[in-house]
Amino acid sequence: MSMVRVIARLDIKGANLVKGIRLEGLRVLGDPDTFARYYYESGADELIYQDAVASLYGRNSLCEIISRTSREIFIPLTVGGGLRSLEDIRQALAAGADKVSLNTAAIADPGLIREASRRFGSSTIVVAIEAGRQANGSWLAFTDNGREHTGVDAVEWAIRAEELGAGEILATSIDREGTGEGFDTDLCSRIASAVKIPVIAHGGAGRAEHVAEVAVKTGVSAVAVSSILHYEAIRTLRPRDSGGGEGNREFLQSGRGVSHVQPCQMRELKRLLLDRGVQCRLEDAA
Amino acid sequence: MSELRVQIVDYGLGNLFSIRQACLQAGITAEISSTAAGLSEVDGIILPGVGAFGHAMDTLQQRELVEPICAAVSSGKPLLGICLGMQLLLDASEEFGLHRGLGLIPGVVRRLPERRPDGALLRIPAVGWNRIFLNPERSEPEVECGFRDGQWVYFVHSFAAVPERSADILTLTDYEGIRYCSAVRLGHVTGVQFHPERSASGGIAFFRHWAAGLRKRI
Repeated sequence: MSMVRVIARLDIKGANLVKGIRLEGLRVLGDPDTFARYYYESGADELIYQDAVASLYGRNSLCEIISRTSREIFIPLTVGGGLRSLEDIRQALAAGADKVSLNTAAIADPGLIREASRRFGSSTIVVAIEAGRQANGSWLAFTDNGREHTGVDAVEWAIRAEELGAGEILATSIDREGTGEGFDTDLCSRIASAVKIPVIAHGGAGRAEHVAEVAVKTGVSAVAVSSILHYEAIRTLRPRDSGGGEGNREFLQSGRGVSHVQPCQMRELKRLLLDRGVQCRLEDAA
Repeated sequence: MSELRVQIVDYGLGNLFSIRQACLQAGITAEISSTAAGLSEVDGIILPGVGAFGHAMDTLQQRELVEPICAAVSSGKPLLGICLGMQLLLDASEEFGLHRGLGLIPGVVRRLPERRPDGALLRIPAVGWNRIFLNPERSEPEVECGFRDGQWVYFVHSFAAVPERSADILTLTDYEGIRYCSAVRLGHVTGVQFHPERSASGGIAFFRHWAAGLRKRI
């Protein structure tokens, strides 16, 4: 089996790290810098920052977060959410992102993938596919955090994105995202066998075993994880509520745990992967 | 300790910002510049790069950087090529036709094979963390390489350097059964296929080691 990357995914709204269920109902979890540094130090292979509102008015604060991160964190950073043009991509890269992920704008204009991969290099362009399972067993691609239906078949879209020059596919299961029920392994297998470029599985990790399962069963090259890491980080870091920005802060203030997720630290997660025969990078010290 | 002066050659390709930040972390203040003017003044040169070989060489030519870079190297200036910047150090690349490189290290650049030795498809580009192993032929101690044997580093590439002389190979890497050259060194010219600027603390340690080598020359 190939080497699998474990990517910490941080959904960001304004100045805050947030987490929802099925990309909705966002809870404020704290200051993203603190979480990002903790994941870097505990051996994350990469970070993904996803702008959860994907709106232009939040862009400046996202760029500030990117540039702060890239000053102190020396692993690859992918940034997505609301990037609509070559100029948006250029700005995200100039702020310190290594890669960008495109969804809504790429579906509206697939030519953007070709132009962006020509200008910035294929390896810089990740195409994010938010896939919703249909009654007939297929998956359709959605946009705008799973809200907008496009009618495009998710697997065919992955193949098309590869042809247009995408360097990686980020495959999100909308049905599983934030639920802790485990990855949609059928979706991941279908996409990973349909394309040659690396595929990142995302959506549904509720326990470390789910990560091992998707890595063993599906042929994905990477797994993006958020809830299990975030809830462990909250327990360990006890982040202060910065009080800034909007969003639901009731969870953070309550000090409650979560029932749908078994929190797990990055290093423990990787140890379990190695135990399950999944190759991954585990260092003695970060 | 005098301040080191390093130029990151900007020819429009690669995440120069990340390299600059990693240099800062390693105690190097690097200037990003697209002109040759400063090349004879600096203590060391970093040649970054992401994308296509031919396009990169064309751009270096257009910006009149090829001759000055080669002249600086022949005057003894240390040069570090990163990713595509390493591939450019060789004589030529077979990426989309044959393209001439800087010719600082004898050899060519070839695409990684389509299949693994067991016949399974090789995922290209090779994206992710992998280990580098010191070339046993060089029998160079770790402390002189700047790397630990078996160190983890971050790669993104579809092509790899094939140096003519195995003695120029600094490190080797195994990607799904394919063994290739992941770093080269010939005198004061060093090239790394991976991204030390994105390779966590081990990558920063490499920049520190490179900087220490520059200081010895001042």
